[in-house]
Amino acid sequence: MELVVFVLASAMVIVGALGVVLRPNPVHAAMSLVLTLFGVAVHFVALEAHFLAAVQVIVYAGAIVVLFLFVIMLLGVDKAEDLSIEPFPIQRPLAVVIGVAVSGLVIAAVARAKDTIGEGIPLDADGDQNVQALARNLFSDHVFAFEFTSILLVVAVAGTVLLTRKDKRADQSGGQQ
Amino acid sequence: MIAMLLAAAVPTTTYYLVLGAVLFGIGATGLMVRRNPLIMFMCIELMLNAVNLTFVALAVRFGNIDGQTAVFFVMVVAAAEVVVGLGIIISILRRRPGATADDLAELKG
Repeated sequence: MELVVFVLASAMVIVGALGVVLRPNPVHAAMSLVLTLFGVAVHFVALEAHFLAAVQVIVYAGAIVVLFLFVIMLLGVDKAEDLSIEPFPIQRPLAVVIGVAVSGLVIAAVARAKDTIGEGIPLDADGDQNVQALARNLFSDHVFAFEFTSILLVVAVAGTVLLTRKDKRADQSGGQQ
Repeated sequence: MIAMLLAAAVPTTTYYLVLGAVLFGIGATGLMVRRNPLIMFMCIELMLNAVNLTFVALAVRFGNIDGQTAVFFVMVVAAAEVVVGLGIIISILRRRPGATADDLAELKG
């Protein structure tokens, strides 16, 4: 049963990832990204990481993809891009070779580390205790980092507002010219 | 017979690590192939998700919750990164509609 769930969720992840890379229309690519993120959330549930699965769905599939869609609609770039144009002739085959090589290297490393990782059943974690254990760890060992993430988020939001604000003086001088 | 085999089998940690590696490779390839800055951002999200999956698989395998805490921080930083990156993309594309990654050399000295 677990293997069936794994295969189905992996199919979602791979199909969605290929969709992001291959779809010419940015809206379709964003929808494929949702498929991938839900697949990863299913994997998190299967690994008994329930809190992260919930955060994955809410933050990634909810907030981040909606942000992408907002920007696509705001800029009006929701037209299909012509993928047959290739500005640098050798770029695509080279990129595919490098991507396959990166995957292959990591898989080779995993194969070599088989003794360390072990072949046991991965789960001896108790799913019911996941949220409590994560909270205890987050608010004791990592409490400083946790507080700093609030500063990070405030700085990011304030910086983005400042960055995307239309400059009024520039608009006025532009109107005078 | 096959259904019984499938029902009894359990995916090991190695399966998750291989899936993470494949997802990372797809994201890296997309980042190098696509020229639309928005799609390139989505490919970065793919790579971050591959790393998150690897983190969680190993955290569960070794029974150490620190890995899941790391994934939590990766998610927070990814959210902040997307906000800032999309802000930059908006301010560039507003000035030059249809700009691709090849056109973005404005920071060049």
